[in-house]
Amino acid sequence: MSLWGWILLACAISIATKFVGFLVPAKLLDNPRMLRVAGSLTIGLLAALTAVNTFASGQVLVVDARVVALAAAALALWLRAPFLVVVAVGALAAGLARLLGAA
Amino acid sequence: MVLFQSPAVRVALSVAIATGLYGLSFGALSVAAGLDLLQTMALSLLLFSGGSQFAFIGVIAGGGSGISAMSAAALLGIRNGVYGMQVNVLLRPSRWRKLAAAHVTIDESVATATGQTDPAEQRRGFWAAGIGVFVLWNLFTLGGALAGNAMGDPARWGLDGAAVAAFLGLLWPRIRAREPAAIAVVCAVVTLLAVPFVPPGVPILIAAVMAAVLGLAGLGPATEGLEPDVEPYPSGSDDDAPGPGSGPRPAKHSRGRGAGA
Repeated sequence: MSLWGWILLACAISIATKFVGFLVPAKLLDNPRMLRVAGSLTIGLLAALTAVNTFASGQVLVVDARVVALAAAALALWLRAPFLVVVAVGALAAGLARLLGAA
Repeated sequence: MVLFQSPAVRVALSVAIATGLYGLSFGALSVAAGLDLLQTMALSLLLFSGGSQFAFIGVIAGGGSGISAMSAAALLGIRNGVYGMQVNVLLRPSRWRKLAAAHVTIDESVATATGQTDPAEQRRGFWAAGIGVFVLWNLFTLGGALAGNAMGDPARWGLDGAAVAAFLGLLWPRIRAREPAAIAVVCAVVTLLAVPFVPPGVPILIAAVMAAVLGLAGLGPATEGLEPDVEPYPSGSDDDAPGPGSGPRPAKHSRGRGAGA
């Protein structure tokens, strides 16, 4: 399937997921195991995406300018910067690190 | 106009502006990942869930396949189903409104609604934040995508660093207690261990399985990770308004990010 196909399928699944929430009985909300899995999935996926985008280059693990971006973003978040500032800080840090010779 | 005297609507508008603005980063990163303008807009208009959209392009940017990207986006969107149940209980929308409500059921609208105690205010907050974010998120996605197209090579501008920062920014508000932080660390390590052995994109799905197992095993309090990643209300003002999980909140949020009431 082409990229377009996967994009539209992802969109359809997103719409369906949201809508299903409105159709199922509210009793499901009392199921702590279901909530726990949904919660840990969210955390696990975001952590995985952070790790891969920082250290993976194809199937190789590398340490390059993106690590500097990660550290700078963490500092910005710790200082409670808003999301867009955090993103800009990450870009700036990676750009500067490359300028200074990081891979 | 009476709408603008509603505290929920005022909060919703500032949430919409703050969130809409980071549509800029999504648009720019999406075209940097190799999606074209229309594909980028399709994600913002139809998928419309920031975390899942970033997940999709994050997998593609890393060389992952379309099916891995779709799976990561779908799994990350599961929390929206839980939000849907909460909104349905909270607002009891009529049948035809459910579809529209479902589409704007995202972190921001849920957080704005659940931060109010009066049902009418909850309703106004939900719709104002949902529609406001939808409109601005799409406008700024378009702006970001156009800008990204003009910028060329992503590495030269540090856009890969921006992606790293974006994911950390989405994760950050969810890992303030010890158990969720432990889940995050375990999943990150598992992902990196898998990188050399499986095709790009798949490590993220392995981490998802790991996370689900940890959740099933009962690690962490029931509501962890299910709190919307925005904090529309300043700390201290929401003591009687539990988060969407309605469960015990870990540390009281002290971050003043987002709107002031």
